[in-house]
Amino acid sequence: MSATTSAVAADRPRTRRDAPAEPIRPIPLSRVISVELRKMFDTRSGFWLMASIAIAAVLATGAVILFAPDRGVKYSNFAAAIGFPMAVILPMVAVLSVTSEWSQRSGLTTFTLVPHRGRVVLAKAVATIGVAVASMVLALVIGALGNVLGSAVNGVDTRWDSSLLTFLDIVLGNILGLLIGFMLGVLIRNSAGAIVGYFVFSFVLPTLSGLLAANADWFHRLQPWVDFNVAQGALFSGDLTGRQWAHLGVSSIIWLIIPLAVGVRQVLRSEVK
Amino acid sequence: MIKVEALTKKYGSFRAVDDISFTAEAGRVTGFLGPNGAGKSTTMRIMVGLTPPTAGNTTISGRHYADLPNPGREVGVLLDASAQHAGRTGREILTIAQRTMGLPAARVEEMLQRVSLTPTEATRRVRNYSLGMRQRLGIATALIGDPEVLILDEPANGLDPAGIRWMRDLLREYADRGGTVLLSSHLLHEIEVIADDLVVIGNGRIVSQGTKAALLQRAGTFVRASARQGELLIALTEAGLDPSPSGDDGLRTTADPEQVGRIALAAGVPLVELRTADGAGLEEMFLELTSDTQRDGVTS
Repeated sequence: MSATTSAVAADRPRTRRDAPAEPIRPIPLSRVISVELRKMFDTRSGFWLMASIAIAAVLATGAVILFAPDRGVKYSNFAAAIGFPMAVILPMVAVLSVTSEWSQRSGLTTFTLVPHRGRVVLAKAVATIGVAVASMVLALVIGALGNVLGSAVNGVDTRWDSSLLTFLDIVLGNILGLLIGFMLGVLIRNSAGAIVGYFVFSFVLPTLSGLLAANADWFHRLQPWVDFNVAQGALFSGDLTGRQWAHLGVSSIIWLIIPLAVGVRQVLRSEVK
Repeated sequence: MIKVEALTKKYGSFRAVDDISFTAEAGRVTGFLGPNGAGKSTTMRIMVGLTPPTAGNTTISGRHYADLPNPGREVGVLLDASAQHAGRTGREILTIAQRTMGLPAARVEEMLQRVSLTPTEATRRVRNYSLGMRQRLGIATALIGDPEVLILDEPANGLDPAGIRWMRDLLREYADRGGTVLLSSHLLHEIEVIADDLVVIGNGRIVSQGTKAALLQRAGTFVRASARQGELLIALTEAGLDPSPSGDDGLRTTADPEQVGRIALAAGVPLVELRTADGAGLEEMFLELTSDTQRDGVTS
């Protein structure tokens, strides 16, 4: 061995702790999740991104009260108005929670403190889904208040025309949209790239898919199975048929599960610099 | 204790780290020395699991880094002080580390004091930090879990002279209490004053390693003959020594001063200087050891 090795002084203490410390326990996943949750709020940009969910919900509610015709003052319209900005913001939350580790290089610390990167990715997924569900409940409440207020202001009866099942469908739709953002974050690992990727996926791809379906008969039949946006969109209009669930499942495997698996594999194996 | 065994990292056909082995012992400061791009940072990243090695093995206190249940409690790591989310405050970055490791909240303030970051500085966002402040914050993050092992990549970068002195004292005390310290630098003087052991690396290979004292001894003898340098050179070569030009008009050899003096006397060459090549010797050794691996081709 080297001279370095031979230079050990045998009487030196092996540890620098003055008092014997309690045994070191593994980091529980719940702690990693709570830290990841905190990291989504603790920067100015992160905080305002989160705040924008509530702000957009209030603005959308206000717009329905002010501009909707009397017969339009019903709960489903409030839900739809709030749902749109949320469907855009939540995937951004997911994208940034993943990509900032690379774009801001904080991953160097994160993955040193928690070397099993899969746990960090899982914690981020749980934290973002948690934020999504909490946002949806918040939106539900804001929409309900808006509905009560709106019907009072416009002097019409308060109409509750949405069921819990519809709400759950919308929650699922938004979580799927968020997971698309998450998948792109994991796959691309760059904030700007993943955000552009998300907009291409949800705004450019559907147009191309629609054009192709209108012009090619074979794709017209295939489209429901491979166009994720169409399958996911069905959730927002409620009450899916068994066939539509199958469409959703198949297109999710193609656009969500497979690329997410590829991305996670890359995250686990790649070099963090 | 950190143990590196036959570690190799290839990027395509480029060998960033080429079959290196060394041990950083507990209770000692091990300096990891080498020019830019020698493979120091790659080696350190492999130690903490950020970069997968092509071959070989590193262990910390006998275990693989990934097997440590709560790595921050056992290994303090500072690889790049600037690799932090620029939008977080210094205190928040420490709080994230404290929470991840499951430490009491009071550790955050303790660490801020330990690295002399004022409460006002701690509430500023890292984007507005100088490199020196980032290094202090990075050291605080490394120390917060009270680990047995410290792995620091170029920690003195950006620190002012007082800061460098502060860090030297901190690491010395740390090692004296039984901790293992591995720190890298491309600046010899920085490491010379603090390290007990040295590992010198160039182009991914270890060119020399041992205790600082042993490496200094090996630096040999410096001799200068004002006018008849050529004769001296011939005499030393004929005596089977290995003289090489050193400094402005001197020679350096691995032989001891007495032997060199005898040869000069026998050859009748008057000397104006004859001494062990310590101090500056280590620098020459560093430049020499890395001369064929240095990008600027500096020779001593």
